[in-house]
Amino acid sequence: MSSPQPTPSHTVGPFYGYALPFPGGGDIAPAGRTDAVTVHGHVHDGAGEPIPDALIELWQADTEGDLSGAPGSMRRDPVTGGYLGRNGVDFTGFARVPTDADGHWTVRTLLPAARPGHAPYISVCVFARGLLHHLFTRVYFPEDTEAHAIDPLLASLDAVRRETLVATAERATGSYRFDIRLQGEKETVFLDFH
Amino acid sequence: MPLSQHDIDREVAELRDAYEKSRATGAPAAHHPSRDYAPYRSSVLRHPKQPLVPVQADPETVELHTPVFGSTDVTDIDHDLTRQHHGEPLGERITVSGRLLDSAGRPVRGQLIELWQANAAGRYAHLRDQHPAPLDPNFTGVGRALTGDDGSYTFTTIKPGAYPWRNHENAWRPAHIHFSLFGSAFTQRLVTQMYFPNDPLFAYDPILQSVTDESARQALVAAYDHDLSRSEWSLGYRWDIVLDGPSATWIEEGRR
Repeated sequence: MSSPQPTPSHTVGPFYGYALPFPGGGDIAPAGRTDAVTVHGHVHDGAGEPIPDALIELWQADTEGDLSGAPGSMRRDPVTGGYLGRNGVDFTGFARVPTDADGHWTVRTLLPAARPGHAPYISVCVFARGLLHHLFTRVYFPEDTEAHAIDPLLASLDAVRRETLVATAERATGSYRFDIRLQGEKETVFLDFH
Repeated sequence: MPLSQHDIDREVAELRDAYEKSRATGAPAAHHPSRDYAPYRSSVLRHPKQPLVPVQADPETVELHTPVFGSTDVTDIDHDLTRQHHGEPLGERITVSGRLLDSAGRPVRGQLIELWQANAAGRYAHLRDQHPAPLDPNFTGVGRALTGDDGSYTFTTIKPGAYPWRNHENAWRPAHIHFSLFGSAFTQRLVTQMYFPNDPLFAYDPILQSVTDESARQALVAAYDHDLSRSEWSLGYRWDIVLDGPSATWIEEGRR
């Protein structure tokens, strides 16, 4: 049997905002976890302007490297049809956050573990008005310098390009900054899985 | 001078001709739009200029696993967009049914499908949509469902209207429903749009035409299916969705 043809991608358009984002979409870390970290950044276009209508999704392993995830990222209230938020216990591994008017997004999560021979990272999928086909990239963490040297992807990139995949530690707040540049100077490395 | 439909039509035709020439000389079919597609003006500053970096994925690669969703993530009426308010929405009631498959033709089971759309008058329930068409107090236009064991899904909704946009002078989007899909790997993630058959606006729409391959474009158009229509109630459309991209099982089986 021949394989079916894939359905083409289209842009998410400008009006996904009342449909796809959900309350607590950036709260991957279960409530109350004291080891939660903030990862945030801006999304920029080729003119360096912030993109206020991008949608960022993150997917990651848990602190043990487990990739099973769990349901309940967008838990619903069957009484009102609204949202309950996550259940406070399960680690779903998934975040979905729209950029704000300044092109900024934020998530709170737990640092993922990696298997031997790889550096830990969070997978990122970028959607936006004007982007006809989503883009994948990765957030790596600056403290994992030894693992970066042997990670198959990072080791294959030159220093300038590699830098676009490594978040910056912000000592004052304990957060990580990861900007995404769709085009131009310091253009983020985007990935192809085919 | 504002960009005219004629200007856009010429650019669309040039890019389609270039694609067909490349096919004639043996280039592979392009199932997806190029991210660099100037007739859709918003793409100009929003696509990378560097080539994508290929990743040698294996079954333990993070992206070959996927977020999962379950019965807590959807309510029982999320698949019926006509029942989310006190009254009935205005418009032509339709059902959209189909199957969610992976690139090997296998059903994607128990996975989340989300959709959103304009109302019958072509207006989104979004503050930034100021198109002078009426909002419908009985229609929001958001639906969710989990696929069945055979990858099947069904939504009940109303047929959305066409609407104007500002890509160029007198630009109109053909009626469409936005879909968001997850597969059995994050690499299979897909956001796309479903169209209705025989829409006269197809030829004028640079977003649909960004898919330069004719048969790939056809895959975005649902089929009217009279067997899905219900007597004195609704019209039925069938649309199957095929996800691209590798999954962990796909790679494991490929290595045998």
